[in-house]
Amino acid sequence: MVVDQLRESERDRLFQAFADSTRRDIVRRVTVGEYTVSGLAAFYSMSFAAVQKHVAVLERASLVTKEKRGREQVVRGNHEGLQEARRLLDEYEKIWRQRAARMADILAEG
Amino acid sequence: MAVISMDKNPEALSLTLVAEFDAGVERVWQLWEDPRQLERWWGPPTWPATFHRHDFVPGGRANYYMTGPEGEKAHGWWEFTAIEAPRELQFDDGFADSDGNPTGDLGVTHATVTLEPLGERTRMTIHSAFESEEQLEKMVAMGMEEGMTLAAGQIDGILAEPANI
Repeated sequence: MVVDQLRESERDRLFQAFADSTRRDIVRRVTVGEYTVSGLAAFYSMSFAAVQKHVAVLERASLVTKEKRGREQVVRGNHEGLQEARRLLDEYEKIWRQRAARMADILAEG
Repeated sequence: MAVISMDKNPEALSLTLVAEFDAGVERVWQLWEDPRQLERWWGPPTWPATFHRHDFVPGGRANYYMTGPEGEKAHGWWEFTAIEAPRELQFDDGFADSDGNPTGDLGVTHATVTLEPLGERTRMTIHSAFESEEQLEKMVAMGMEEGMTLAAGQIDGILAEPANI
C-alpha cells in the first residue's frame, strides 16, 4: 500500500538520521544553540563536505533546519519536527496494531 | 493480519482503526468486559496494565495503572459513557494521580468501539480522539513497545547525552 510505504520511508529517514554518531552529535549541538556548517565542521575530523552531507540527512528527516545567512549556512534543531502530531499518531497507530495483535493471540487460545 | 485499515487525522488529533478477528462478537466483547482479559492486551509487555477497578456499566468507572520498565507507574481512568453489549462501547480516558483521581491534565481521549459480526468473524472499529497533542504524546510514551522505533522520549534521551568534544 502506498500510504504504508510513505510512512515506512519517513521512519527509515528518522532511523537513518540517528544511526550515525556524528549526526547524533550534530543534533545534540544544534538543539542547544545554532551553528554554521563550518562551525560544526570544526568539531569533527572530516571534510566540510562530509559534515554538510550529514546535515542534509538530518534536514531530510526534519530534525534540523538550515538557513542561508550571507555566505554561511546556519543549522538549528527543528523542535516541531520532533513533536509533530503526525509522527505521534504514527506511534499511536503502532500501539493499536500491537494491541490488535495481542487481542488476536488471546482469541486464538479459544 | 488483524488490522485491516487505519485512518489518521492530524488536524483533529484522531485515529480510526478497523480490525477483524477470527472469533464471534460475544467473544471479542469479553476482551473489553473482563478486566483480566483486558489487561492482557491493553499494555505492551514493557508497560503491562493493571485494572484495579472496572465498573463495566454506563456511567461506571475504571481505574488502571501501567508499570514501566523501571517500575514507574502511570495511572489512568476511564469513564464508560455508553455500553450496548455486545455491539458498542464508548469511554473517556484520562490521566490520574496515584489514588486514581483524575488530574485534569492534558485533556481527555474519547474512544468509541463498535463490533459487527461478519459471519463467524468480527469486525472491530475503534475511533480515538485526543484533546491535546501533549496528551497524545504521553499516551504514546506509555504504550510503546520497546525497540519498535525512536519514540519522542528516546530522542530526548539521546539529546540529553553530553556532546562529544
